[in-house]
Amino acid sequence: MNWISNYVRPKINSLFSRREVPENLWTKCDNCGQMLFHRELAANLNVCPNCGFHMPISPADRFAALFDGGVYTEVAVPDPVQDPLKFRDSKRYTDRLREARAKTGEKDAMLVAEGEMGRTPIVAAAQDFSFMAGSMGMYVGNAIIAAAERAVKLKRPLVLFSAAGGARMQEGILSLMQMPRTTIAVQMLKEAGLPYVVVLTNPTTGGVTASYAMLGDVQIAEPGALICFAGPRVIEQTIREKLPEGFQRAEYLLDHGMLDRVTSRLELKDELVTILRMLLRLSPQVRGDLPPPEAPDAGTEAAPGGKSAAKPAAKKAAGQKK
Amino acid sequence: MNYLEFEKPLAEIEGKASELRAMGRANPEMDVEKEAAALDRKASEMLAQIYGDLSAWRKCQVARHPDRPHCRDYIEALFTDFTPLAGDRNFAEDHAVMGGLARLEGRAVMVIGQEKGHDTKSRIERNFGMARPEGYRKAIRLMDLADRFGLPVVTLVDTPGAYPGKGAEERGQSEAIARATEKCLALGVPMLSVIIGEGGSGGAVAFATANRVAMLEHSIYSVISPEGCASILWKDADKMREAAEALHLTAQDLSGLGVIDRVVKEPVGGAHRDRAAAMAAVGALLAGWLKDLDGKAAKALRQDRRQKFLAMGSQGLAA
Repeated sequence: MNWISNYVRPKINSLFSRREVPENLWTKCDNCGQMLFHRELAANLNVCPNCGFHMPISPADRFAALFDGGVYTEVAVPDPVQDPLKFRDSKRYTDRLREARAKTGEKDAMLVAEGEMGRTPIVAAAQDFSFMAGSMGMYVGNAIIAAAERAVKLKRPLVLFSAAGGARMQEGILSLMQMPRTTIAVQMLKEAGLPYVVVLTNPTTGGVTASYAMLGDVQIAEPGALICFAGPRVIEQTIREKLPEGFQRAEYLLDHGMLDRVTSRLELKDELVTILRMLLRLSPQVRGDLPPPEAPDAGTEAAPGGKSAAKPAAKKAAGQKK
Repeated sequence: MNYLEFEKPLAEIEGKASELRAMGRANPEMDVEKEAAALDRKASEMLAQIYGDLSAWRKCQVARHPDRPHCRDYIEALFTDFTPLAGDRNFAEDHAVMGGLARLEGRAVMVIGQEKGHDTKSRIERNFGMARPEGYRKAIRLMDLADRFGLPVVTLVDTPGAYPGKGAEERGQSEAIARATEKCLALGVPMLSVIIGEGGSGGAVAFATANRVAMLEHSIYSVISPEGCASILWKDADKMREAAEALHLTAQDLSGLGVIDRVVKEPVGGAHRDRAAAMAAVGALLAGWLKDLDGKAAKALRQDRRQKFLAMGSQGLAA
């Protein structure tokens, strides 16, 4: 109902309002309000070029930026029983799952992949907050166990990017049991002498923080990420007092000795490579944007059930721009 | 005697019977016993009927009953030589967590549990059984001590959850819980857990990642409280009855899902009606389990615990 539709004759109107491009070309930064062009934002890994605010990034986009040349192989995750409790609140859990799958194009809230990062072979797992708030149910538990088992088999470190509102209530006690299950996964890595690095992203809360997300050998967080067990609202209701500025944000946790580092997403890859190569007692890293490894790494073909089709880089443009 | 809201009809009958008996004592010429006994019978029938078919929400209420035996009661009733050990060696002693050396039927063990308190003063002192990071770190320290000296670990779980407070968050509540779960899994000694009342979320898992886990018949164990779940998913905290059903948080549900190993029967009318009998049943179970597992190799015990949790969730509720 703008002036065009009111005053301009239909034929001319159709000329004006024809859209050949999708609507979400521009994103408004939640922090500074700057309108950001999608290409620019994607090239900057969803970090606001104006104020440095870290917006959510999908696991696929993160992996495309993380792995050399954007090439990685997905690690298969065993399917759990779906909707074990036949859970229903205002909606059926199965409907919520279907919607989340349609929205994200992913099976559940975690993606696991193997590949090379700065010529360093790793296994990586990334949680997807846009899938039912990244909540940890049996699938996420299975994903972390699969990631740890793959890492142990290939003798590679595991890098895990966490993002979750907590345990998935719709799976009841079985979601809670993912706390010990994922802790077992972390123990497998420790027993094998392999580094486990956690990158906490906004937000990481509840049962996820109280299990695998706080058990890393090195704990890194993205700037401004909310990291907590109980959320600020719950605490305010309990103690009835205003919480300090920046409470439960990454920088606050760093100050309180709960993290090793707070690192911008744009510098994360370099930092991860540097840390891992030292922990693995490898030579210093080769810097710069590296093309994909020449031969597909040896482990790929042996991957039982692993998808063999390497995903092409979605973010090549980003890499070339730097 | 504290009555729950759904026990009101029962309270009336039991009240009448005791009134009648008081009247009889005041007027010895009146014969009230026959009538009082009839009321008693009616009451016990009603009690059996109510408790034979408790809804999930009613079970939550029974699990939180103020007269229900708590951790301290179990330790006094079942263990000898209890020697409390205090502190996390970092920050403070957390009174929500009891723990120490004790003997169970003569065998030295480490007993640890959350204590809710029994009156206003002790409830505040115990922080209603909600541990802070110090409580979990104290538990880790005691588990480590037990591990080094070959003492089995017995935990009694009864907590609404870990304490949601400013200081608790600043001192790493989540890290403390994660490390406690990790410690449970690393133990080379048998670990036995009993959920005696409320098994509240991560705060319970940190104490209950054990070789054998039992729940009392009317206890609950859940990822979130029914009230919390209702306010998030139903956007209405008053929908806790629906949430309690949907969460499948009763001992019977968890047994069906293969999450726990045993349901311990409670006296008719709940553990608070016959505390001694309820506690004795737990004691017998623990002693039996201890005999089964005592002396097993550290590696086998670790492997047993790991397999148990890794296999969990491979089946849903039977259709």
